[in-house]
Amino acid sequence: MFKRIDTLIAPLVAVAFSVLFGSIILLVFGANPIETFIRMIDYASTPRSMTLILNSATTYYFSAVAVAIGFKMNLFNIGVNGQYRLATAVAALVAGYITFPGYLGIVVIIAISMLVGAAWAGIAAWLKVARGVSEVISTIMLNFIAIGLIAYLMAPTVLGVKTAENVIGTPIIPAGNRFPGVSLPTAPIPVYGMIFLAVALGFGYWYLLNRTRFGFDLRAVGMSPSAAVASGVNVKRMTVYAMLLSGAVAGLVGLPLLLGAQYTFTVNFPGNYGFTGIAIALLGRNHPVGIAFGALLWAFLDVSAQILDLTGVPREIIVIMQGVIVLSVVIAYEVTRRVKVRRQQAAVGSAGQ
Amino acid sequence: MTAVLSILKSGASRKVKFLALFIAVLATLSLVRMWADVLDLTSRGTISAALGLAVPIGLAGLGGLWAERAGVVNIGLEGMMILGTFGAGWLGWQYGPWAGLLGAILFGLLGGGIFALATVTFGVDQIIAGTAINILGLGFAQFFAKIAFSKAPGGGPTQSPSISALPTFTFDRLSDPLVSLHGKGYFIISELAGLISGVFFRLSILTVFSAGLFAATAFILWRTPFGLRLRSVGENPHAADSLGVNVYLYKYIGVLTSGVMAALGGAFLAIAASGVYREGQTGGRGFIGLATMIFGNWRPGGTAIGAGLFGYIDALRLRDANGTAMRAIVLLGALALIVLAILAIRKKRYQVVFGLGITAAVLISWFLLTTALPREVALVAPYLATLLVLAFASQRLRPPAADGIPYRKGESK
Repeated sequence: MFKRIDTLIAPLVAVAFSVLFGSIILLVFGANPIETFIRMIDYASTPRSMTLILNSATTYYFSAVAVAIGFKMNLFNIGVNGQYRLATAVAALVAGYITFPGYLGIVVIIAISMLVGAAWAGIAAWLKVARGVSEVISTIMLNFIAIGLIAYLMAPTVLGVKTAENVIGTPIIPAGNRFPGVSLPTAPIPVYGMIFLAVALGFGYWYLLNRTRFGFDLRAVGMSPSAAVASGVNVKRMTVYAMLLSGAVAGLVGLPLLLGAQYTFTVNFPGNYGFTGIAIALLGRNHPVGIAFGALLWAFLDVSAQILDLTGVPREIIVIMQGVIVLSVVIAYEVTRRVKVRRQQAAVGSAGQ
Repeated sequence: MTAVLSILKSGASRKVKFLALFIAVLATLSLVRMWADVLDLTSRGTISAALGLAVPIGLAGLGGLWAERAGVVNIGLEGMMILGTFGAGWLGWQYGPWAGLLGAILFGLLGGGIFALATVTFGVDQIIAGTAINILGLGFAQFFAKIAFSKAPGGGPTQSPSISALPTFTFDRLSDPLVSLHGKGYFIISELAGLISGVFFRLSILTVFSAGLFAATAFILWRTPFGLRLRSVGENPHAADSLGVNVYLYKYIGVLTSGVMAALGGAFLAIAASGVYREGQTGGRGFIGLATMIFGNWRPGGTAIGAGLFGYIDALRLRDANGTAMRAIVLLGALALIVLAILAIRKKRYQVVFGLGITAAVLISWFLLTTALPREVALVAPYLATLLVLAFASQRLRPPAADGIPYRKGESK
């Protein structure tokens, strides 16, 4: 029980600090913080906003789990951005040009996305185990290369078309290839059907980590590579598997938006969910439930920020608050870790006397 | 080509080696220019644009260098750059470009200060702290830009009013005759003429200033006791500590300087390149800067060359109307790979030779089979180059030994 409280303290402190920091900024610019936060919560409580929050959270959840799989092994998958963008672009091309019978289309599209994501992450994995290149650097490079590759694929001379708003993108996905949504009562827009896939992924991630040999090896390498090697774990192979798995999950990030709302991949497709995923994985301590809460919090901030412009405060204050959360949560982890170490040392010291 | 290689292998002084390499690059450019028939490859406009595009990337790379030499990996360069563009725009439109520079420096110190607090004082993971700085820098600039510029004359929520320009120099007497010499298309000589005329064409004072920063960095970090201490902190902080070096202080200096350099890169974008602060102006250049630093083997000269390469390819892309220059880039890339392959043959690393050879063959056939290539090719080229360097020349790269490892006084690993 106490262990649970210990792990919760850091994120709670971080969120509280960020609210405090946000309040100070609001005060400086002449807005009443309590009133503002109440308005945000009010706005977020409408069925439409709740739908938007669930939808964003679904996207964020995929991204954060992708990052968390890497984190468990001390691998930094900075490349989720590139992996999901490329995966979504390829998926959108397949979905836009080919019609499948029944629900086969959705299955094929999801499989393709995961494969492309895994393949793109696989390059970084290969570079790491075969050539010793840090995955942080290689995935950053691969992000940019993915952008170029997508721009090439989307060129009207290659596979792209001009969409209705005169933006270059993929052909509109036919109804059969779309992922059906579910509506909240009285909400004008549906919740992404892929939210159920996100929940399933959460269970799968939990099961994999805690109930399988693979998950045990993964955590063992993360905690101590040398101990893992000593107990017979092939670290290189684990690195490749973890990176492939992370990339495969990353491949799902863009699909809720693609198959549930936008139905086309354009050059303006949102491109930064990967970094959001890093923040949320961190906030949720790589735990499937923690990540869910983190994703919902992030989505709540994003959606409720929309009301802020009307109150005279730029809504980008939310981005500042999100940044403060990330920074203070890592500092809080570090401080609590040191306190724990000191307590342990004290306990060992007094036991020796 | 082999002559150049043997010079590079020999014990000749660094100046001679550099000169040999320089001539080899010019000759390659010249050959590609003739074969692909693209005169714009080394025209005054291209070189001048390349220089302008290289400076912000190079400054970001220099920022990365200062932090990493002190043992702190700085992924937050992008956020610090954004802070710099905002600082430059905010003070710049009100009090002129020099005040804008000061504004960028102040905001760079802010970004570097927060980053140093997290990574040095609290010793948190540097990659995560960098990610946080990127989010914070972006949010901070967007938030305050809306407040500062929305009601300003000629400004808007995402753009500042214009900043008055800094002086630029054009040496017409030197530049103009060289342009006509370039047009003649002589082997190597035309390339040299284009290069010189481009450098002395509308040369921004900030470019000169930035070149000075590179020289100063090289001197300070490698020729002074202060620099030795700062680098020792990045190589082995515990040993440095045992010799009485204040590790935390030097790490702070490194990271703060890093913030200032990155922010100055942002200031260049706002003041010299566009004359306004604009949202999204940095466009990932902080990350590109990081790439140039790695490409440049954590050294100022190499970083400058890397930035030049990125800037050059970007300039070609922007000026390329019909795709012929992109085609030339593919050929250039193929030639570069062949050189690398020759080097690898000498080292008997046949696996690498095979990989490079296949890639080069693919590129050359691509070149031969097409008449024009889409601009996106250029988008990819520099990153691919960096990735190839990392993959096939990583044994030549030498990052600081304690790079990225949080340091706690009195706690060894």
